Amino acid sequence: MKPRAQAAIAVGALAVGLLALTRSSSNPPSGTGGAPGRTARRDRFGRYRVVGKTVTIAKPSRTELFAFWRDFTNLPRFMENLNAVKPVGNGRFEWEIVAPGEGSVTVVTEIASERQGELIAWRSVEGSTIDTEGRVAFRDAPGDRGTQVELVVAYSPPAGTLGVAIAKLLQREPEMQARRDLRRFKALMETGEIPTSNNQLDREKN
Amino acid sequence: MRALTYHGKKDVRVDTHPDPEIVNPRDAIIRVTSTAICGSDLHLYDGVIPGVLSGDILGHEFMGEVVETGSGSTLKKGQRVVVPFTIACGTCFFCDKHQYSACDNSNPVDKREISETLYGQPMSGLFGYSHMTGGYPGGQAEYVRVPYSDVGPIVIENDDLEDEQVLFLSDILPTGWMAAENAQIEPGDTVAVWGAGPVGLFAAQSAKLMNAARVIVIDHYPHRLELAAGLGCETINFHDVDVREALNEMTGGIGPDAVIDAVGMEAHGFAVDNMLDIAKQTVGMGADRASALKQALLAVRKGGRVSIPGVYGGMTDKFPLGALMEKGLKIGTGQTHVQKYTKKLLAMIEEGKIDTTFLISHRLPLEQAADGYANFRNKQNDWTKVVLKPGT
Ligand SMILES: [Zn+2]
Ligand SMILES: [Zn+2]
Repeated sequence: MKPRAQAAIAVGALAVGLLALTRSSSNPPSGTGGAPGRTARRDRFGRYRVVGKTVTIAKPSRTELFAFWRDFTNLPRFMENLNAVKPVGNGRFEWEIVAPGEGSVTVVTEIASERQGELIAWRSVEGSTIDTEGRVAFRDAPGDRGTQVELVVAYSPPAGTLGVAIAKLLQREPEMQARRDLRRFKALMETGEIPTSNNQLDREKN
Repeated sequence: MRALTYHGKKDVRVDTHPDPEIVNPRDAIIRVTSTAICGSDLHLYDGVIPGVLSGDILGHEFMGEVVETGSGSTLKKGQRVVVPFTIACGTCFFCDKHQYSACDNSNPVDKREISETLYGQPMSGLFGYSHMTGGYPGGQAEYVRVPYSDVGPIVIENDDLEDEQVLFLSDILPTGWMAAENAQIEPGDTVAVWGAGPVGLFAAQSAKLMNAARVIVIDHYPHRLELAAGLGCETINFHDVDVREALNEMTGGIGPDAVIDAVGMEAHGFAVDNMLDIAKQTVGMGADRASALKQALLAVRKGGRVSIPGVYGGMTDKFPLGALMEKGLKIGTGQTHVQKYTKKLLAMIEEGKIDTTFLISHRLPLEQAADGYANFRNKQNDWTKVVLKPGT
C-alpha cells in the first residue's frame, strides 16, 4: 500500500475514533460505563496513539479558560514540546514542534469543530508531516469546583527518516506530555505562573 | 551565597552557590537570619530519603528579611518573615480548604509524579527536602527564593520578638499543634504522646493548651523526658517500664483518650518501606518505628482518637487493623498545613502562652552546620535542637 493511501485510511480511522470519544462524554458506550472510552483496556484506534487527561481548574471561569486556549498562540506557554504557534490565515495555525535531533517540525492545523465555552477540536491539514487531531473540552465541575478540562490528542507519525525522529518524539511518553502540559495549564490559570524549583531564570527561553 | 549542601550519605558541606533570583512574579528573596536543623534533615543526612541529589541545598525551617520581591509579591523589602516549609499556591481547591500541604500546584509537574505513584495523588512542594517534593533549594543558606510569597510567609511586626521565639512557626510548632488538634482533645482527657523530640514536645505542650487534664510523654532519652516534665507532663521511660501496662494502670484501666505517635523519625514522608528499616537502624530510634503506632493503637481507650503527624512515608505490615475497627478508633493524620496555623500560633507566642525556646540546645554559625548535623544525630539526648546563624 502506498503511504498516501495508508494515511487516508488512517485519517478515516481517526475520525471514527475521535467521534467515539466525543460521544463518550454525553452517551457512554457500553463496556466502559461512565469512564472515557480511552481508558478501555484495548486499542480501539488502529495505528493511532490516543492520549487524554482531565484536570479540574478552580479558576478563572470556564469562559476565560476557553478563551485562553482558543488563542492558540498561548499554547507554547504551557506546552513543553511547542516552540511557537502562529496564525497563517484562514483560521489556520502553524505549530512549531520540538523534534529531537531534527530541531523542529511544523504542522499546520485547522479548527475541526468548536462550541463556544465548551469544546475546541483541531486537526492537521492534509499533507502535514504529522497526522494529528486534538480536542479540549471544558465542563462545569460538580459542587462549584471550577471547570473540568479534558485534553485528548491523537496522532500518527509519518514514514521515512523524519518519521523516525518524530516517532521518537511521540514516544517520549506522549501520555506524560499531555498530562504535564495540562497540569502546567492548570497552574498557569490558577496561580498566574508555572511552578519551578529553579533558583535562576532560564535565560535561553527568556 | 553560602549554603549547606548535600554531597552524599553523612557528607554535608557549606558550599558557595549562585544567589537565587526572582524567577516567577509571586517570588520573594529572603536573607536568612535564623534556620534550624529538623529531625527529618537527619534522614536526608543518613541517605534514606530517595530523590536527594548531590548539590542540593537542605533546610526547611527558616526566617529572615525580605530583600527582593517579584511583581506579584505582597511582601515589602525589609520585612521580617517566617516561612512555612510547605509551599502552597493559595488558590487551588486544596489551598482554598486550608489543606495547604496538599496544594495541587506547588510541586512542579515533572517532580510530583513519584509521590503520585506512591500515594495515588501528588503532594505539595517542600523546601530543602527531596526532588519528590519539588527539589526546592532549602533554607540552611544565606538566601532563599520563596515562591508564592504572598501566601506562605508570615510577617513578624513585633521587633521585641527574638528570632528564636518565632522561628519554629516554620514547621515543628504547627506540626505539634496539628498533631494535638488531630487528637480531638476534650477537657478532662488523658493524652499519651510517643516521642519527646521537638514535634512530640510541642504536641504535648499544645495538648495542655487544649485543656487535656493529663499528658503522658513516652521516650527513652532522660534529658528529653526532663523537658517534657518541665512542660508539666508525666513521663514514661520505655527502657524502664512496660508502656502499655503503665498506661493502663495510670489511667485506671481505661487507657488514654487520645494517643499521638510522634516518635523520633520526623520524616516529611517519602521514607519508603525498606528505607524505613534502614532509618530505624541508623537513626538510633531504638524502637521499631511502626511498633510505636501499634503500641498506641492497643493502648488507646475504646472509641479513642489516634493522631499520626506526617512522619510515615512507606508501608508497614502486621498493622493491627482489628484494634482500629473493633475499638472504634478515629484516626487523624497528615503533613502539616503550616499556613493554616501560623497567625494563631504567633498570637499565642505574643501572649506568652507558648514558649518554644526551651527546646534549643545549640546555636552555631552556618559555616559550622556540618558539625551541627553530626552532633544532632549522634548525641540526641543533649542536642535537642540546633539553630544556625548565616552570616556569623
Ligand atoms: Zn521538619
Ligand atoms: Zn494550592
